[in-house]
Amino acid sequence: MNVQPTLNAAPPPELLMRVKDLKVHFPIKRGILKRTVGHVRAVDGISLDIRAGETLSIVGESGCGKTTLGQALVRVLEPTNGSIDYFGKDQNGTDIAHLGETELRPYRSDIRMIFQDPFASLNARRRVIDIIGESMRNFGVRDERELESQVAALLRKVGLRPEYMNRFPYAFSGGERQRIGIARALAVHPRLVVADECVSALDVSIQAQTLNLMQDLQEEFALTYVFISHDLSVVEYISDRVAVMYAGRVVELSDTEQLFAAPRHPYTAALLAAVPRPDPRSARAKRPTRLKGEVADPANRPTGCAFHPRCPYATDRCQAEDPQLRPVGSSLVACHHAEELMLKGVTVDAA
Amino acid sequence: MTIATQESETIAQNEPSSVGMATQRQLIWTKFTEHKLALASLVVIGLIYLVGIFCEFVAPRSPEHYDSAYTMLAPQPLKLWYTDDAGQTQFGLHVTGFSSQRDPNTLRRVFAPDESVIIPVSFFVQGQDYKLFNLIPANIHLIGPVDPSQPFYLLGADRLGRDVLSRVVYGTRISTSIGLIGVAISLVLGVILGGISGYFGGWVDNFIQRVIEFIMSVPTIPLWMGLAAAIPVTWSPIMVYLIITMIISLIGWTSLAREVRGRFMSWRNEPFVIAARLDGTSQMTIIGRHLVPGFVSHIIASVTLAIPAMIIAETSLSFLGIGLRPPAVSWGVLLQEAQNIRSLAEAPWLLTPGVLVIITVLALNFLGDGLRDAADPYT
Repeated sequence: MNVQPTLNAAPPPELLMRVKDLKVHFPIKRGILKRTVGHVRAVDGISLDIRAGETLSIVGESGCGKTTLGQALVRVLEPTNGSIDYFGKDQNGTDIAHLGETELRPYRSDIRMIFQDPFASLNARRRVIDIIGESMRNFGVRDERELESQVAALLRKVGLRPEYMNRFPYAFSGGERQRIGIARALAVHPRLVVADECVSALDVSIQAQTLNLMQDLQEEFALTYVFISHDLSVVEYISDRVAVMYAGRVVELSDTEQLFAAPRHPYTAALLAAVPRPDPRSARAKRPTRLKGEVADPANRPTGCAFHPRCPYATDRCQAEDPQLRPVGSSLVACHHAEELMLKGVTVDAA
Repeated sequence: MTIATQESETIAQNEPSSVGMATQRQLIWTKFTEHKLALASLVVIGLIYLVGIFCEFVAPRSPEHYDSAYTMLAPQPLKLWYTDDAGQTQFGLHVTGFSSQRDPNTLRRVFAPDESVIIPVSFFVQGQDYKLFNLIPANIHLIGPVDPSQPFYLLGADRLGRDVLSRVVYGTRISTSIGLIGVAISLVLGVILGGISGYFGGWVDNFIQRVIEFIMSVPTIPLWMGLAAAIPVTWSPIMVYLIITMIISLIGWTSLAREVRGRFMSWRNEPFVIAARLDGTSQMTIIGRHLVPGFVSHIIASVTLAIPAMIIAETSLSFLGIGLRPPAVSWGVLLQEAQNIRSLAEAPWLLTPGVLVIITVLALNFLGDGLRDAADPYT
C-alpha cells in the first residue's frame, strides 16, 4: 500500500476529500399519481474538507442528516447536488459525487464503510471468510489460499482467531461481529473509512475496546476516519476535529479540544450540556438548560437560522437571515452572534 | 473524560471446533426435524410421489383393464390365515373370492363373499405387461394375485369392473404431477415478475402490482370454466393436461410474485446488501449471491403450500367435467365418475380418490408449515 505521510508530517495537512455544497434531497410523493409535493432536505449544502490521517467526527441529534451525509460520502446515495472531490494516491481530485456504478468501482476499494448494526450488516448465510473476502475477490485476489492467508491476517489484526473464518456470523457476539465488520472495511487497504455509529450498538466496555482497536488500526494503516456518532463522549475520545450538524447543515466545525472547551454555536453548547458527566461537583451545580422542542423538520426548514425556534439567544435577525458558515477564532461557525456569546463548554479535567 | 481503556483479551478461549460452522441447510434441517408432524407429512408426501412415479409398477392392473363379471365388486380385504381343504389353518397372503347371484326382485347382480375360494396374493408377482415410464417393458407388479386371471380388487371395482386401486394409483401420477408442474410454472412467472417488480420499483412495480390485483379479483371458477370450455374436444388427453396445468398456474403465480417482491424490497436496502455494493460486487451477483439464497427457503415453503391449491384446482375442474377427461385418469376424473347417487349409496369405495386428496393436501400443508417455520433458522 502506498502510505501517505500522516499527521506528524507537514503543517498543512493533506487534503483527502473536499465536499462542496453537498445536497441530498429525498422527494416526498403523495397520492395515486405519486406527485412530488416536497423534499426532505436531509443534507442541505454541506462543505467540508477531510484531511488525510485525521478523524473527523460528525455529530448531531437523530434526523440531522449525519447518516445521509455518510452514505453520500461512500456513494451509497447519489447526492442531489454538489461535489465530492476525492484526492487519490496521485493527488488529482476526482468528483465522485455523480459517477455511475462502474466508474465508481476504482474508488470502492479506497473509501470504505463500517456499519452501525453488527447484525444486519453481516449476511447470515455467508461464512466469515466470504464476508471479509468478498471485496478481496472483487478487487483481484483470485487464489483461494492467498485469500485465506489474507483473511487470517486481518482476523488476527482485529483480535479474532483465524480459525473462525469458516464460521457463520451467528456464532459471534455483537462486539466480535463489529470486529468482522471492521476487518471487512480494511480488507482492500482503504484510505478513508466512514464509520456510521459503529459503536452505538455495543456495550460500553466493548465500545472502548472497539475504539482502541480502530485507533490502533488507524496508526498502522494510515487511515482517515469519518466518525459519525451522536455520543459526544465517544467523539471526544476519538476525534481530531468535530463537525456539528443541525437540520442538514454543519453549524460548527472545529478542533475537538476547542469545540469541547469553548463551543461557539448555541446548539453545540446545548449538546455538550446534555452529556452526562461522572463528576459530583458539576452534578450538584445548576442543571444546564435543556434543549426545548423537536429537531427541525428537514422537509420544512424554519426561515433564517434553522435553530432559531429552539435557541435561547435568538433575535429577529436569526429569524430572517440564514447564517453562513464563517471563521470565528479557530472554528467555523454558522451563527450571527458567535462573537458575542460566551458559551459554556466542558473543561476536560486532568482527573 | 475517561473511557475504560482496558485492553482485554477478546479472543475467545474455547478451542476451535465445528461450532458455528453449520451451514444454513444444516440449520434448517435441524429445526425442521423438531417439527414431528411436518416430518411425518414429509414421509407421507414422499410415499405418495413415489406411488405417482412408479404407478405402473404399484398398480396391480392397468387402469383400462375391465372385467364385466365383477362390476361394482366390493373391496376384497387382504387376509393372512385360511383353512385349507384338509381343515388345517394355513398362513398365506390371500383374498377370498365371491359368488355372484341375481337379486330376484331387482335382477341386480349381487356378490356374496365366498370364504372357500382362496386367491393367493403375492408381492412382486408377474402380471400384465406394461412399460415403466412408457419406456421400459416389464410385467412385475408390487402386489397382485399369483394367477393374473383371478379377481383382485383391494379397493373394489367400478361400474365397468375396473380396479379402483389401480385407477387411483394411476390418478396419483397425474394429480400430483399437475401440482408440481403448475407450481413450477407459477414459480418461474412469480420469481421473474416479482423480482422485476421489487427490484426496479417505480412504474414497472406499479403496473405489475395492478395486473396482479386484477387477476386476483377475477373469480377463479368461472374463469377456469371459460378457459377450459375453450379447449377443443379433439385434443389429446396429454394436450388437455398441459393446457389445464397452465390455466391453473395462471392464477397461482400472483401470490408468489408478491412474496418475492416483498423480499426484494425489504432486503434491497439492508446493510449487508449495501456492504456488498461497497465491496464492488455487481448488481446481478448481489441478487444471485446475497438476495436469492436468503429467500430460497421461504420460496420452497410457499411453493409447498401452493401445491395443494393446484391439486384442489385440478380436482375441482375435473370434477365439474371441464378439466381432464377420460381416458385420462386423475383423482378429479375418478371423483367425477363417482358423481351419482348410486355410487354413494352402493359403492362408497369409489370415493377413495377423495380421501387421497384430503390426505395429500393436509400432508402438504403440514409440510409447508414446518418448512416455513424452519426456513429462518436464525430467529
